[in-house]
Amino acid sequence: MSEVAIRINTPEELESLRDKVISARDPDATVVSVCTGPGCLAYKSHLVAENIEAELEKHGLADKVRVSRTGCHGFCERGPSVVILPRQTCYLRVKPEDAEEIVKTTLVEGGVVERLLYEGSDGVKIELEQEIPFYKHQDKVVFGVNKYIDPMQMDDYLAGGGYRALAKALTKMTPKEVTEEVTKSGLRGRGGAGFPTGRKWDATSRVEADQRYVIVNADEGDPGAYMDRGILEGNPHSVIEGLMIAGYAVGSTEGYIYVRQEYPLAIDHVLYAIDVLRGMGLLGENILGSGFDFDIKVHKGAGAFVSGESSALMSAIEGRVGEPRPKYIRTSVSGLRGKPSSLNNVETMANVPLIIDRGADWYAAMGTEGSKGTKIFSLVGKVLNTGLVEVPMGTTLKQIVFDIGGGMRGGKKFKGVQTGGPSGGVIPEAQLDLPVDFDQLASAGSMMGSGGMIIMDEDTCMVDVARYFLDFLADESCGKCVPCREGIRQLVVVLKRITAGEGREGDIALVEDIAEMMKDSALCGLGQSAPNPVLSTLKYFRDEYIAHIEEERCPAGVCKPLIAYWIDPDKCIGCQKCAKECPVDAISGEKKEPHTIDMEKCTKCDTCFRVCPTKVQAVTKITRAEAEKLGAPRQVEEAGA
Amino acid sequence: MSDTVTFTIDGKEVSADKGTSLLMAARSLGIDIPTLCHHDELADFGACRLCIVEIDKGGWKKIVTSCLYPVEDGLSVETESEKVIRHRRTILELLRARWSEMPRELIEKYQVPEDRMETESTFCVMCGLCVRHCSERKGANVLGFVGRGTERQVVAHEEPALKYCRDCAAENGMECLAVCPTGVVVNDFALSPPHMTPKGTKARPVRARDNENQEEVNKLIGD
Repeated sequence: MSEVAIRINTPEELESLRDKVISARDPDATVVSVCTGPGCLAYKSHLVAENIEAELEKHGLADKVRVSRTGCHGFCERGPSVVILPRQTCYLRVKPEDAEEIVKTTLVEGGVVERLLYEGSDGVKIELEQEIPFYKHQDKVVFGVNKYIDPMQMDDYLAGGGYRALAKALTKMTPKEVTEEVTKSGLRGRGGAGFPTGRKWDATSRVEADQRYVIVNADEGDPGAYMDRGILEGNPHSVIEGLMIAGYAVGSTEGYIYVRQEYPLAIDHVLYAIDVLRGMGLLGENILGSGFDFDIKVHKGAGAFVSGESSALMSAIEGRVGEPRPKYIRTSVSGLRGKPSSLNNVETMANVPLIIDRGADWYAAMGTEGSKGTKIFSLVGKVLNTGLVEVPMGTTLKQIVFDIGGGMRGGKKFKGVQTGGPSGGVIPEAQLDLPVDFDQLASAGSMMGSGGMIIMDEDTCMVDVARYFLDFLADESCGKCVPCREGIRQLVVVLKRITAGEGREGDIALVEDIAEMMKDSALCGLGQSAPNPVLSTLKYFRDEYIAHIEEERCPAGVCKPLIAYWIDPDKCIGCQKCAKECPVDAISGEKKEPHTIDMEKCTKCDTCFRVCPTKVQAVTKITRAEAEKLGAPRQVEEAGA
Repeated sequence: MSDTVTFTIDGKEVSADKGTSLLMAARSLGIDIPTLCHHDELADFGACRLCIVEIDKGGWKKIVTSCLYPVEDGLSVETESEKVIRHRRTILELLRARWSEMPRELIEKYQVPEDRMETESTFCVMCGLCVRHCSERKGANVLGFVGRGTERQVVAHEEPALKYCRDCAAENGMECLAVCPTGVVVNDFALSPPHMTPKGTKARPVRARDNENQEEVNKLIGD
C-alpha cells in the first residue's frame, strides 16, 4: 500500500524524500480523517470511510479530497469521529449513512452538518475539534498526531517529521549523548513504576556484553486501559523510531516488540511498518550510512497479564512460561537470554523521538518537578466523556474528570477514581485537587500504572470494587509464590463473604494482615501491588466495609444479598410498567393501584428500579434489615458463589 | 576485588564468599530460617517465601527472600525482626489452609492463628520440589505445573511417565515423593504405577482430592 519503495542510504536522502512527500501534497487540500480506532470500528467507522469515498467519487471529488483511515482520535464516547482537515470540522457519532450528507453539505457546498456537531449540556453546538471542551483542555503532544496519520501510510509519518530524530541521533550524537539527553528530559517509564528511562538505558549500556536487547512492552492488560493500543495501532512508527533510538543508545542490534495477541490491528500495523522500513533500508545493516545495524522482531503474547512483568515478559520471549524470575538482579543488567535488556513501555518509546528531535529542555518544560512531559490516560467509567486524553503531568484529577471528562454521567455524585489498574488504588473525592504525577499518586496510596482511570459514582460499592480487582488477579497471578497465589485466594474469599453480608468480626484485620504481608513478601510487582485495591479502599472507605460487616448494609446499594426492592405504596401510580417488565413475575397489582414485589420471587435484577418513571420513583432499594421487617426471607448467598 | 564479603546477621559479623545466599550464610552460623521450597541440591525457586528476612542497606530497609538474596558488603540482616515474624506467621497461616497437617513446631513457634482462613487441604503447597527434582536432576520432565493463579497445580504427564517412571522408581525408589515436604500426597499417580488410562489422559493431577479434579486438568491442558 505504501508508495515508498526506494532505499534510503543517508540522512540527506531521507530529507529529500521527505521534501518530495511534502511538496507533492497541497497543504490546503481537504483530508477527511476518519477514526478507525477500536471503539469507532465497532460502530462501523470503516464503512463510514468507504461510503465517504464512494460519495466523493460520485461528486467527482475523488482526486481532490483524500480519506484517511487513522488511529484513535481520543473521543471514544462520541465516536465514530470524522475530522475534516485542515479546517478541523469535527463530526461525532457518524453513521455510515451520514456519508452522503457530509460530502454534499461540507465537501461540495462548504457548509456544516449541524446535527453531527458536538453539543454540550448547554445545547450549544461546536464545530471545530480544538474548541470542544474534551479536546480544548488537553495537551496532545504524543497523541495529537494520530488524526493526521494513516498507520499504513509511511508518507504520513514522514511528512510529520518522522525518523528525523533517528537521523539526528545516529549521525550527530553519540549513544552516550542520546542517553544523556533522555536522562536530562526527565522522562520516566510510562508502564507503571515510573523508573527514569535514561537511567535504565545507562544501566543497560554499562554492562559488558556481546549483545544487549531493547524491548517494547505492549502487553497492556489493565481493565479499562487502552492508551498503548491507541498509540501502537494509530502511530506504530513513533514507537519503532523510539525503539531504534533506544537500541542505538544502549548498543543493541536487536529489538523486540512484545504485543499482546488481543491487539490484532496493532500487530498488523507494526508488522507492516517493519516491512516497509526493511524495504527502505531503515531497518537492517548500516542504517542511514551510520554503521548502526538494527532489526526488530515482534513477539505475540499469549494472553497472560503477568507477562507484562519485566522478567516474565523476557521468559515468554525466550519461549518459556511467562513467569517472573526469582532473581535479585535487574533485567537491565541480566534480562533476555541473560543479556542486559532495556524494557520500555509503548508510550515511553513514543516520547523518545520527540525528545531527541526537539530537545530535552523543551520536554522538561512540561510537567512537574519529578514527572516531566505529558501522560495519556484512558478515562472510563461513570464519566460523561470517556476516551483517551493527554495532559501535562501535574494536571489535577478535577481538571481531568470535570473539564475534560465533562463531569459525572446522569448528574450523579463523584465518589472516587481508580487509577493504575489492578495494581493501583482508589482516590476519593477529598483528593480531587491532587496534581496527577508519579509521586503524588503513590503518596495517595495508588499509582500511575499505565494510565487507566476508572471514574466511579455514588452508586459504586468500594468493597465490591476491591473484590472485582482481586478476582481479576486470582486468574492472572502466575500462581508461583505463596503470598500472591494463596493470599489472593483468601482475600477473594473474605471480600466475597463481606459483599454477601456474611462478613465476620476480625475480617478487616485478616485482610490487612494478608495485604501487608503480600506487599512486602510477594515475588514480583504483580503480587506486591495486588493488595492495593483493598488497602486503598480500606484507607478511604473503611466505613463501607464496617457497614457491610456490622450493619449488614451496602451503602451504595450494590451488593445484592444486602438489598431488596420495595414499592412505596404512597408513590406508586399503578402504571404497571414494572410488572410488565419483571422477568420473574414477582410484581403484582391492579392498574392504577399500588403494586407490590414478592421478595421471595424477586431476583434483584434491578429492572423495576430502572423502568419506574423518574417522576414517580416508587421502586426503592431498601436494606436487608428493612426487608426483613417487611417479612422478606433472609437470603443467604454462598460466600464462594 | 576480594572474593569474600563482610556483613552482619542478627548482630553477628560474618564473612562469606561472594555469591552465597543469605540463607546459606545464616545456616552456616546455626541460625534457623524455615524453608519449604529450598533444597540444597536444586536451584532456588523463591516460591514459598518462608525464608524472608529483613535487610538494612545503608538505612534502607527491605524484606527479601534469603534463599535468593546474595550476601553483600555492609549489609545488616535480621532473620527474626518483628515484621519478619508477622509476615512469616501470615504465610504459614496461608499454607496451613492447604496443608492441614503442617508440623506443630512451626505452628507453635510462630503462633499461627487458627480458623481465620478458609481451608481446603490439597496438601500440595506448590513448592515445586518434585517438579524441579524431576526436571533438574532426572531430566525426565514427567512432573510439571499447569494453570495459573489460584488454578495452578502440579500434574504428572502420562507420556514421559510411561517412559521414565518405572526405571527411575526401581533404581531410586520414588524420589519425587521423598522430596515432597507435606509428605502426604495421596494421589492416583503415586499409588499406582503409570499406565495409559482408557481415555488416553495426557496428564493427571498430583495433589490430593484430585480424582474429582481430572476434568479441570484436562481443561487446563486442552485435552
